[in-house]
Amino acid sequence: MKYWSERLWELRRYPSALLGMAIIFCLVGLSIVTVSAIPYDEAIDRWRGGDYWRMHPRNAEPAWLDRLQGGNKPKTLIISSLAAETESVAFTGGKRLKIPLHFDYNFSEFPSEINLFLKSGKHTREPFARLTWHTPDGREIPLGGRRITSSDRFSISQDWALERRLGLLPHVGLLARPGTDSPEVLPGRYTLVLDAVLFDETAEITAELVVYGRVHGLAGTDHQRRDLLLALLWGTPIALAFGLLAAVGTTLTTLVIAATGVWFGGRLDAAIQRLTEINMILPLLPILVMVGTLYSTSIWLMLGVVVLLGIFSASAKMYRGMLLPIRESPYIQAAQAYGASDSRIILHYLVPRILPVLIPTFVTLIPAFVFLEASLAVLGLGDPVLPTWGKVLNDAQNESALYNHYYYWVLAPALLLMLTGLGFALLGFALDRVFNPRLRRI
Amino acid sequence: MNPSQNPSIPKNAEGLVRDLKLMLLFTGKRIIALALMVLIGVYLTILIANMGGRVDELRLVQIRSEISEAVRGDLSFRELNSDERNRLIQRRVDLEVQRLNLDRPFLLRSFNYLYRAMLLDLGRAEQMHSDQGSREVHAIILERLPATLLLFGTANLLIFFLSVYIALWLSRHYGSLIDRIVIVLAPTSAAPAWFYGIFLILFFAFLLPILPAGGMVEAPPPLGRRDYALSVLKHMALPVLAMLLSQIFISIYSWRTFFLIHSSEDYVEMARAKGLPSRMIERRYILRPTLAPVITSFMLMLISMWSGAIILERTFSWPGLGTLIFQAIGHHDTPVIIGSVVIFAYLLAFSILVLDIVYGIVDPRVRIGAKR
Repeated sequence: MKYWSERLWELRRYPSALLGMAIIFCLVGLSIVTVSAIPYDEAIDRWRGGDYWRMHPRNAEPAWLDRLQGGNKPKTLIISSLAAETESVAFTGGKRLKIPLHFDYNFSEFPSEINLFLKSGKHTREPFARLTWHTPDGREIPLGGRRITSSDRFSISQDWALERRLGLLPHVGLLARPGTDSPEVLPGRYTLVLDAVLFDETAEITAELVVYGRVHGLAGTDHQRRDLLLALLWGTPIALAFGLLAAVGTTLTTLVIAATGVWFGGRLDAAIQRLTEINMILPLLPILVMVGTLYSTSIWLMLGVVVLLGIFSASAKMYRGMLLPIRESPYIQAAQAYGASDSRIILHYLVPRILPVLIPTFVTLIPAFVFLEASLAVLGLGDPVLPTWGKVLNDAQNESALYNHYYYWVLAPALLLMLTGLGFALLGFALDRVFNPRLRRI
Repeated sequence: MNPSQNPSIPKNAEGLVRDLKLMLLFTGKRIIALALMVLIGVYLTILIANMGGRVDELRLVQIRSEISEAVRGDLSFRELNSDERNRLIQRRVDLEVQRLNLDRPFLLRSFNYLYRAMLLDLGRAEQMHSDQGSREVHAIILERLPATLLLFGTANLLIFFLSVYIALWLSRHYGSLIDRIVIVLAPTSAAPAWFYGIFLILFFAFLLPILPAGGMVEAPPPLGRRDYALSVLKHMALPVLAMLLSQIFISIYSWRTFFLIHSSEDYVEMARAKGLPSRMIERRYILRPTLAPVITSFMLMLISMWSGAIILERTFSWPGLGTLIFQAIGHHDTPVIIGSVVIFAYLLAFSILVLDIVYGIVDPRVRIGAKR
């Protein structure tokens, strides 16, 4: 025990080790916070996409990135009818509602989309609604009207008739200063007036006008409106768990197998050696690709295959070389003399002797597996449901994020991957110097 | 390297002949051993690819649908009623199943697959075809192989020689600023080459558009041989740089440490005390005894690079084996995927063989067979 605490205490002399540990602690802390804040099922359910994200803009960049560059790109504005001053005029057999939805628009760029979500209820006959757009300079643009089902949406941005009338995309034309060649935002207070006729005394209608921005939150959004923050946060525990489990699984099994071979010697040792050589021929990544295509891309299956192929990895030869001299040492003979069983000798006497040498390798292996997971995801073989960094990168690549200048989409997961890699590598290198006596002299 | 130049061996003809014999024997042994390894490796691949009979089911479905399509489309069978037609389809399916030996137990067929895979008869692709229109899997793969070999051969050799050379220099100037910079940068190699590739594309292809973002030659390939080569070179620059970035620092670092450990050996100190020039010390006293581990590590690097090829090629749309596998995934083209795994196994075995032979030349103990 003393040996370990002394070695670990020595680490404080290496600033790189401290930095590495700080990064790892941050990542572990982030994972714990994430897992407790967003439950696993909820994360998976949300990442599947769909209606949950309907109020989010598509491909919006992080807000802070734009503000840092001195930009003033629009944020998403959500104007609900619940806060609006509704005028209600009753008539026999129904009522007429006039709901003005005000918003102040002072951004330098046009919104990316405009939608109106409508909900109506407690009625026997579907209500009818008519929309009018009021601009700050007093123009009124009718947006048409129609019957409203219980949950309806007006996709104002996709109104082709309106686009033809304005000569511009609706979300540009509705907010543009009239009479200019290149469209330019007219700042001020806009109002969308919803004129609804309800055919029931008790009927209700609520409306939500969403003026989608071009920036969103801390991490931006992707092409399916999903907030990237979710994937970036949830990617952390997944990456760490995969890296750690794979590293533990491969190194420990290899070590135990090598020790077993060394202890029993003879045919078993020879068989293990041959298996190691065969394993060298098997290309890990292509086999993973094959398994992923033929069976399933579940991250746990991949983990299993990685560990299975890692059992007889080339490092078994290295461990064998280290263990052979230990086998002959007097303390092993002593253990044999007092009647220790084979498994006791292997697990309690042989394996612990070379564990210190293994620790640095083990720590530097973790990022390798983290990147392996990302690599598989980049190939399109990521876990089908889990949000991971690699899958974000894959989505970005499929949507040509670099070509479309959505740099944040690539950079955020890449930086997190790099940070994980650096953290473990820094610690691993320092550990190598501490635990490897030959390196300490130089 | 000619064995006769090796001073540890008698320079007469007898010694040379004995050496050649030993070398041939050693090579033969290694070839047999590696062939056995490939045999078992490929068989394992076939087992994995066929686990649970999934591939057979797919093939049965495919055969059935192809035959029903053919029968339905054939005008001469138009008069048949549905019962007769179904019987006809069934009979043809049975015949086809018999022809493909699908009715025989998997164990027997697996050896048939193995035999064909070993002869590189990898079957026909389901969806993909080579640029010349062939559907043979081996034609598709052979077409892509040169591109992979060109890119990875160049990058590997560059990394190897550059890092050994710089490491030797650093081991002499150990503790200098450059030395410390290399130590600080070594952990950056935790990221694989494709990862740096993304950033390189971002910088050199989009922010500062001086190099192409992907591909191997310009879209209409240049006509002249020189222009063609230049275009390929230009497209190679970024992927090679990506591999260099991801490997070079760790490589220099580990060589530097390795050489430093070895330069503190007594015989090196002795040579230094004798006042030998540092070049000679490096060549005769440091490099020669460490040549075997240097080659081993080069071999391991080569093997890991082969696997990394898939993703780097995908990132740079380099038309090699990696991109092929990626496309095969997209098409769910099982024969191509399995064929690529087999080819990768062969490539790995071949790399190991070449390096074994080099090892045998460098280290006399290896070819004599290390009789203890």
